Amino acid sequence: MTATLDTDTAVSSVPVRADEVRRRRGFSLFGLAIGLAVPLALALLWEAAVRLGLAPGRLMPPPSRIALTLYDLAVGGSLLMHVTATTARVAAGFALGVVAGTLFGALAGYSGTMRQLLDPTLQGLRAVPSIAWVPLFILWLGIFEESKIALIAVGVFFPVYLGVLGAILSVDRKIVEVGRVYRLSGPAMVRRILLPAILPEFIIAVRSGLGLGWMFVVAAEFMGASEGLGFLLVDGQQLGKPDQIIASILIFAVLGKLSDAILVAASAPLLRWQDGFAARR
Amino acid sequence: MLTIDGIDKIYPNGTHALGGVSLAVEQGEILAIVGGSGCGKSTLLRLAAGLDTPTRGTIAVDGTIIDRPHPAVGIVFQEPRLLPWLSVADNIGFGLADVPKAERRDRVERVLARIGLADYGTRWPRELSGGQAQRVAIARALVTQPKVLLLDEPFSALDAFTRASLQDALLALWDAQKPTLVIVTHDVDEAIVLGDRVVVMEPHPGRIFSTIGVDLPRPRDRLSDAFVAAQRRVLRALDGSLGAPESDRKRAEADAGAAMWW
Repeated sequence: MTATLDTDTAVSSVPVRADEVRRRRGFSLFGLAIGLAVPLALALLWEAAVRLGLAPGRLMPPPSRIALTLYDLAVGGSLLMHVTATTARVAAGFALGVVAGTLFGALAGYSGTMRQLLDPTLQGLRAVPSIAWVPLFILWLGIFEESKIALIAVGVFFPVYLGVLGAILSVDRKIVEVGRVYRLSGPAMVRRILLPAILPEFIIAVRSGLGLGWMFVVAAEFMGASEGLGFLLVDGQQLGKPDQIIASILIFAVLGKLSDAILVAASAPLLRWQDGFAARR
Repeated sequence: MLTIDGIDKIYPNGTHALGGVSLAVEQGEILAIVGGSGCGKSTLLRLAAGLDTPTRGTIAVDGTIIDRPHPAVGIVFQEPRLLPWLSVADNIGFGLADVPKAERRDRVERVLARIGLADYGTRWPRELSGGQAQRVAIARALVTQPKVLLLDEPFSALDAFTRASLQDALLALWDAQKPTLVIVTHDVDEAIVLGDRVVVMEPHPGRIFSTIGVDLPRPRDRLSDAFVAAQRRVLRALDGSLGAPESDRKRAEADAGAAMWW
């Protein structure tokens, strides 16, 4: 019997060879170098243009001056404070927004009644430019942390809600039927079938939510803050310090990219099962 | 015993998928259902699995009415429908969530060995071939020890060699547990290799055209005269079931013939 059983068991996955792993790692270092080529070249050109007198350095400070500003901020100790303040706001608003977006998205995705009940309202609220909430949040929550975190949470909420809702609606009916065959209850269906099935789309939604979180923290800090990167931006404008503005922008770029990379790295182990275009690169 | 009693199924769009189907399948019997497309074979299985409800009539397993998915009835679909985020072992154990962990692992390991995939428990579904994936799907359905296993064209997407090997694998699993099997197929050979009886269905609306007993010892030799004779009978019935002009008259005869079966 076993002899007949084994006829189609031979074909299967090929183990990854060690030299292939090495080649992949080399590839990523090479990729990092390629990724840095454009910004480095631009910085060098800029520096040269200012040094050669081809461009005015006052409003467009050369990279060397920006680096110096960054260094002064870091040594003075205030850079860490500003970065921490902004990151903490993003983290709090992001957490709130992701939890609420996932909850409402799952509810509206799973139950048609809930979708009819909630979705029109939420879509209507989504159409409100989020900055329009600022005056109201300040009246309700005051000018300190609460109103800022609320604004960031609103920004994060919508992409996550939409992503979860859309992903649940597009889960393969055939897979859901497997859950039905095993008589899963509503919550079990969400936990054991729907959420794992939408995990790849969920992570993309969370990533765009995080991007919006960084965007909204600036708006939040514009509306009155005594610390944070947004404060550095406003301060730089009011005191005529373009180097400080560009330094803050650069820090935003680094923080945004870094937080996204952490999210991707943290979610990678959960997505090992995927069989997509990029899965076996 | 699986009892299907006077089943009608009319879909909301007006399609009359099944018209008055009655069947009784003994415990441990293997029933094969063949028929042209649109004769309601798959609909019948979905009703028996409790995934749909009949417009009229009842389906019962040992007296328990099936009107929603029930632990006594398992189903294997045309596609394996494995959950890609679970390992092979976790896929097989999916229906055993209520079983203690140690026992679950034990039962999954035993059934993995029986389908010849003992070393595959930790693999992802994407690493399996089509035939392997369908074995895992059958194992997932049988590991919960249902009384009735329904199979909806389970091997139709596979090549001939893999199909033959899976038919053997299915018979081996059946032999160990002796569940009632109802297998829908469009492959006459497959119906005769597996079935104790072959039900031929006709379309518009779907109903039973005739039932042919296959009284051959297992394992069955596809080249024996008796096998070929059974094949011929099923093919002739299939021809008749699709011959539209005379179908009314034939149906009358078939009804008379079918009446003798139960």
